[in-house]
Amino acid sequence: MRLEPIADPGLGRTFGYPAAALAATVIFAMTLALVAGAEPLAVLGLMIKGAAGSKFALLETLNRATPLIFTGLAVAVAFRAKLWNIGAEAQLYAGAVVTVLLGTGTLALPGPLLLPVVALAAAAFGALVLLGPATLKLRFGVDEVVTTLLFNFIMLLFVSYLLEGPMKDPAGMGWPKSAKLIPEARLPRILEGLRLHWGFLLALIAAVGVWVVQTRTTLGYEMRAVGLNPVAARFAGLPVGRIMIKTALLSGGLAALAGWSEVAGLKGSLTLDLSPGFGYTGIIVAMLALLNPLGVVVSALFVAGVFVGADSMSRAIGVPSYIADALMAAALLFMVLALLLARVRVRRG
Amino acid sequence: MGPQAQARVVLRLDGITKRFGPLVANDAITFDLHEGEVIALLGENGAGKTTLMNILFGHYSADEGRVELFGSPLPPGNPRAALAAGVGMVHQHFTLADNLSVMENIVLGTEPLWRLGRGRAAARSRVEALSRDYGLSVHPDARVGSLTVGERQRVEILKALYRDARILILDEPTAVLTPQEAEDLFATLRKAVARGMSVIFISHKLHEVMAISSRVLVLRHGKLVGEVATEATDRHQLATMMVGTEVAPLEVRAHAPGPVLMALKGVSTPALGNAIGLRDITLELRAGQITGLAGVSGNGQAALAALIGGLEVPEAGEMEMAGAPVEGWSPRRAIDGGVARIPEDRHKTGTIADFSLTENAILESYGDAKFSRKGWMNWRAAEGFARDIIATYDVRCPGPATRIRLLSGGNMQKLILGRVLERGPRIILANQPVRGLDIGAVTYVHQRLLGARDEGAAVLLISEDLDEVMALSDVIHVISEGRLSPAFPRGAMTPAGLGVWMAGHGFEGAEGGGADHAA
Repeated sequence: MRLEPIADPGLGRTFGYPAAALAATVIFAMTLALVAGAEPLAVLGLMIKGAAGSKFALLETLNRATPLIFTGLAVAVAFRAKLWNIGAEAQLYAGAVVTVLLGTGTLALPGPLLLPVVALAAAAFGALVLLGPATLKLRFGVDEVVTTLLFNFIMLLFVSYLLEGPMKDPAGMGWPKSAKLIPEARLPRILEGLRLHWGFLLALIAAVGVWVVQTRTTLGYEMRAVGLNPVAARFAGLPVGRIMIKTALLSGGLAALAGWSEVAGLKGSLTLDLSPGFGYTGIIVAMLALLNPLGVVVSALFVAGVFVGADSMSRAIGVPSYIADALMAAALLFMVLALLLARVRVRRG
Repeated sequence: MGPQAQARVVLRLDGITKRFGPLVANDAITFDLHEGEVIALLGENGAGKTTLMNILFGHYSADEGRVELFGSPLPPGNPRAALAAGVGMVHQHFTLADNLSVMENIVLGTEPLWRLGRGRAAARSRVEALSRDYGLSVHPDARVGSLTVGERQRVEILKALYRDARILILDEPTAVLTPQEAEDLFATLRKAVARGMSVIFISHKLHEVMAISSRVLVLRHGKLVGEVATEATDRHQLATMMVGTEVAPLEVRAHAPGPVLMALKGVSTPALGNAIGLRDITLELRAGQITGLAGVSGNGQAALAALIGGLEVPEAGEMEMAGAPVEGWSPRRAIDGGVARIPEDRHKTGTIADFSLTENAILESYGDAKFSRKGWMNWRAAEGFARDIIATYDVRCPGPATRIRLLSGGNMQKLILGRVLERGPRIILANQPVRGLDIGAVTYVHQRLLGARDEGAAVLLISEDLDEVMALSDVIHVISEGRLSPAFPRGAMTPAGLGVWMAGHGFEGAEGGGADHAA
């Protein structure tokens, strides 16, 4: 069997194959439901209903999508420049730590100023966290996949130490939990009475912002050039190292905003289970979106919907919500395969 | 063609057609190969030569037509069938294992693994006999990795002979050889033919085709457009057949050189992996002069190109531009200092395949105020620039938004030419500027380089094609093992004379004297 590349796949292949991947994912989900002893169509129906069947469900999905948009953008930006940032989880927690550090009354600023200052500080610290691996890669050729991945564990253990020690809420009845943010540091809700905070809109704005950066700015052009062909970029005189550093700062900052928005918008304080792997899921979100920043919004909504829907379905009929994890993995694999097949023709012999 | 006319047909291609989508790569190609003859398969890049050989070797299946070997049909799509029937192929890129000896490479795959070791003496004496009979001198115990390119080619031919090949196919075999090595190859081929071997010689070098073949088949756009006896034709007729129109010979007028724009004084660079470095090189590039760099591939051309292109800095010695030593040498410095760089590999180094023509056109100048202000791109200006290049340099493409990977090599090269020449360079580094291009594009690139020279640019032309170097250059240096020969003015050296230097003789501390071969 041989694969022959197709020069120009055309519209049918470009959209047909991803659609087929989506269909395959749904079939896979129903098969899993069958194995779990449930009625496949009922499981599917409950998942859809749980994700988008009511105002409450929909808002829950949008809330869940918010950190995924940020981490998805972080990964998309980095991967586009071939900087393999697997450490969005660590950068997310870095942002959350700074949010708690500055937002619990330690920083005395007038109300409307405090919020943006905390957000920027969080982003800056997240950027700094990725700066280390990026520098190691540039100076010594250390594989950033390894360093960013391992940094996730370092950061998680560090947060665990903080929550058991210096950051532990004295009024927390002994739970490993930080103090609550002061109200001025909290992200307000978009509409009173609706459980949806401003973080979601900011995530949308960030997505548009990243898209503008990539398509309209000099830095975006440089990042895309370095990502597509670093050899040609270096030959043409692009400052490849500097571009990598800027990419790392942008990516780390975006991931940290996920932590900031979760603490400031939703939770109000920091616990060790702030993120159920938003940093890692961000990789899936970005890959499903083909690294397109606007696509990240769509795929984050899809991924969030699957998780929220699976939770709800699980409560209703007892099929384990792990089905969501299996589904995400399957969706990613089908999508990667579909994207490969869309660009090649399979030949026998 | 007395004896061949009656000779047995060993290979017959009958109406071979192969399509790739709308492209007809081979269009009803029919010819016979007789025992003991050399036919030349002549055609430009993309004419369908490689596709045809891939069909013969079962890598592709023909859509129509059949192949007959020694009178029996060849099953399509089976890569082993042709080998088993006695067809040997020497590819442009050798298929040898560098870490094994010559003997091991030759017998590899001919003996079952569990019997390796037995019959070794017999195999060895057979290889030695073949090597003697065909004039293919190479030491059987030498590691292939330590051999020169010419020696490796001999191993490839020995391999085919050892497998009792009765048909030998050579794909552009002289591209990597010095003129002397090419002569040796021809001598070997003549001996083989005298023993009944049949040869298909694929080439686009007309003088070689004239020298070695008895019949010439010309392919153009997938069609067999001509079949002539070599005796009854000449180079001019062949070139016309190959291109389809009259080919005007390149006119090179003499031109008075100007001041030195770039000078290397005793420059050395470290070896990079397998790529050889420069050893104490002294070179002057003058305004209004084309300096040609001849040499067998892999002798330091890449290092010199990297140095002048800004990718490497001298380890020792001085590098000067317009009389002043260069500082902080980098690609950016080179570009800003007026060095136009046409890279050897236009696909990997010269362009970004998934970028549009516009994005590729501004790759070296996107930071100019024209295209980028305060961090924002001016795509309208960039597209205008790309449109100018497309019009001025005759880049055939659907439009500036087309991804460059969809362009032919010639059109890609024209875009690169436009990108670098539109900056009004003072120095032009042209590294293999016409490799893989068809004759129309070759002529175009050469005319542009000559035009730039006439306007006062200093051109360094690096090429493994000695004919190209000799046709265009005002002065020629030969590079061998990282060392540079003195400058030879136009007409001062014969190809044979340069070949002596290419083989590594004549340099200080080396044996032999190149000066004896001056014309």
